Amino acid sequence: MTTTTDLTTDHSRAVADGAHTHGVGAKPQGSRAERLTSFSLDDIPVPTGREEEWRFSPVARIQPLFDGGLGTAGADGSGVRVTVDAAPEVKVETVGRDDARLGRAGKPGDRTGVTAWNAFQQATVVTVPAEAVASDVTSVRFDGEQAGAATPSAAHVLVRAERHAEAVVVIDHAGVATLNQTVEIDVADGAQLTVVSVQDWADGAVHTSSHRARLGRDAKLKHVVVTFGGDVVRITPDAEFTAEGGEVEMVGLYFADADQHQEHRLFVDHAVPRCKSRVTYKGALQGSGAHTVWVGDVLIQADAEGTDTYELNRNLVLTDGARADSVPNLEIETGEIDGAGHASATGRFDDEQLFYLMARGIPETDARRLVVRGFFAELIQEIGVESVEERLIASIEAELEKSMSVITGVATPAGGADEAE
Amino acid sequence: MSTLEIRDLHVSVETKEGPKPILRGVDLTIESGQTHAIMGPNGSGKSTLASALAGHPKYQVTSGTVTLDGEDVLAMTVDERARAGLFLAMQYPVEVPGVSVANFLRTAKTAIDGEAPKLRTWGREVKDAMSNLRIDSAFSERSVNEGFSGGEKKRHEILQMELFKPQIAILDETDSGLDVDALRVVSEGVNRAKENTDVGVLLITHYTRILRYIKPDFVHVFVDGRIAEEGGPELAERLEDEGYDKYVGTAAPAAV
Ligand SMILES: Nc1ncnc2c1ncn2[C@@H]1O[C@H](COP(=O)(O)OP(=O)(O)OP(=O)(O)O)[C@@H](O)[C@H]1O
Ligand SMILES: [Mg+2]
Repeated sequence: MTTTTDLTTDHSRAVADGAHTHGVGAKPQGSRAERLTSFSLDDIPVPTGREEEWRFSPVARIQPLFDGGLGTAGADGSGVRVTVDAAPEVKVETVGRDDARLGRAGKPGDRTGVTAWNAFQQATVVTVPAEAVASDVTSVRFDGEQAGAATPSAAHVLVRAERHAEAVVVIDHAGVATLNQTVEIDVADGAQLTVVSVQDWADGAVHTSSHRARLGRDAKLKHVVVTFGGDVVRITPDAEFTAEGGEVEMVGLYFADADQHQEHRLFVDHAVPRCKSRVTYKGALQGSGAHTVWVGDVLIQADAEGTDTYELNRNLVLTDGARADSVPNLEIETGEIDGAGHASATGRFDDEQLFYLMARGIPETDARRLVVRGFFAELIQEIGVESVEERLIASIEAELEKSMSVITGVATPAGGADEAE
Repeated sequence: MSTLEIRDLHVSVETKEGPKPILRGVDLTIESGQTHAIMGPNGSGKSTLASALAGHPKYQVTSGTVTLDGEDVLAMTVDERARAGLFLAMQYPVEVPGVSVANFLRTAKTAIDGEAPKLRTWGREVKDAMSNLRIDSAFSERSVNEGFSGGEKKRHEILQMELFKPQIAILDETDSGLDVDALRVVSEGVNRAKENTDVGVLLITHYTRILRYIKPDFVHVFVDGRIAEEGGPELAERLEDEGYDKYVGTAAPAAV
């Protein structure tokens, strides 16, 4: 029996630990399956900010990237330097936009996605040949130079893991830029690929990026997003299963300071049977005007029996004036699934934890550090790329250094820990 | 030799309707080596006393003094009180996800002593203390109190008391929820600490059974936010037989 279900739940600013699992329910409305995707600029107009996919975004600040005529990042005068350092087994090419391998992993689903696709002149293609096992991390760096900081540009990266290949690719972003990007990820049958995207931008950067992944039979993708820096960062990772046995693990970690907007919108499309997806995103927020958005759409199509999916988002609000929006959406069109669930929780820093640690002699700043490190600890271990894990721990420490100056002087609220409602 | 002196302590708790007075003039002096038991009905303010002494921000001291060897405890922050030698074994220990017991114990020990413990001896000390309290060594790698059973949480509190070596320890219903074996193990831990460090103990309890293992020098009956009667160990036996009825009646007119 096939039942059509809509389980869209708005967990915006959800109560802490409101974890729950969905069964099969009523009729779809505004289904993710019906979202228009296209390569044509005409099909996806400039948003007003009222659209579902833009309702949390500061569209005015992203405006330059809605323009159809962006330059190409990495080209002379673009203000962005692209550097690739590949493992010996991995092949790197710069190709023109007519290369037949481009544009095969899904289609753009929003305005920045479609402008990025139409603008780039050259793309960076990273290929892990069939059955090759990369002996080292492959690094792709985007460095924004101050001179071109305000010049909007577009970039296109394709990471291909051929049949039974194994590799780790880390895409880094630093400096200042106004960058609209597409990262295509093609994981062929039996391949195992890890792609890490680190947004470590300096202040002033505006970055939008469509990640579109396509998984073959028994393919495994670990997709990691780490966002610390930049004024506005909006990443939309899509993963699509094309054959049975695929597995995707999507891990995200973000830390927003005052006036930063960090948005991560994920979509996992279970179009075929017996695939597995796990989504785990965690974020911390501090300072007034810090805003994070997490939207996790999972669609289990009518044919996708045997699907196993779970998504989780947790946010830790460290100071007043920060806001975390968290919206998991699970749509299930078949009753024949192995498991489907989600959890979303946004909590204030827990004053009872702080009291417990301080009552053991630990000074307040150290106690806060312990709790925040603890919040991220498990997630960091899941990344499984040592160099990235070490950098991450260092970045979190640096963020916490900043936060201590914010927190010092903020009195512990007398009412104890109350959860953001 | 340390002395904790509590004089005419009045404490209010922060509530949605405003501050609510709970403690109404507590007088108590605890010296090193002494064991004081506090017994009293539910809601009489025993945990409030413990939390106020530890400096929980929810509790406001409205009047009175607390000193430790003459130092003003009420002027100290929560962590300063712990470093000065106060320890509170909580009635409901708090879970701290992501912070391992091993890391927590080392961090706290370093803070309390003002220097990191010697790596070699510390490892041994923790291991021995855990095994004495029948805490499996696997707990070192678990998050503090997360998923611990009630009894495991209480043993973890006493483990800290043994390792941190406070001058004065307040044990808030450490015996509640323990089975007979766990009660014995925990009591032995407290007695070891008393023997090794001469710690002064304030033991809050509802039951005399723990007093068979940990011998109190003084028993205080706590009713309606203050001490209604004081005596020796025999008072505990009488309370167990007679209950608190006698005090509850007479305490009422004193309400502010
Ligand atoms: N946050 C609070 N808001 C309102 N009332 C409170 C609050 N905290 C404590 N109280 C009240 O203060 C009184 C004393 O509480 P306390 O926990 O100190 O009692 P206790 O003697 O430890 O009781 P028990 O034996 O049940 O542990 C109770 O009436 C309790 O309801
Ligand atoms: Mg109590």
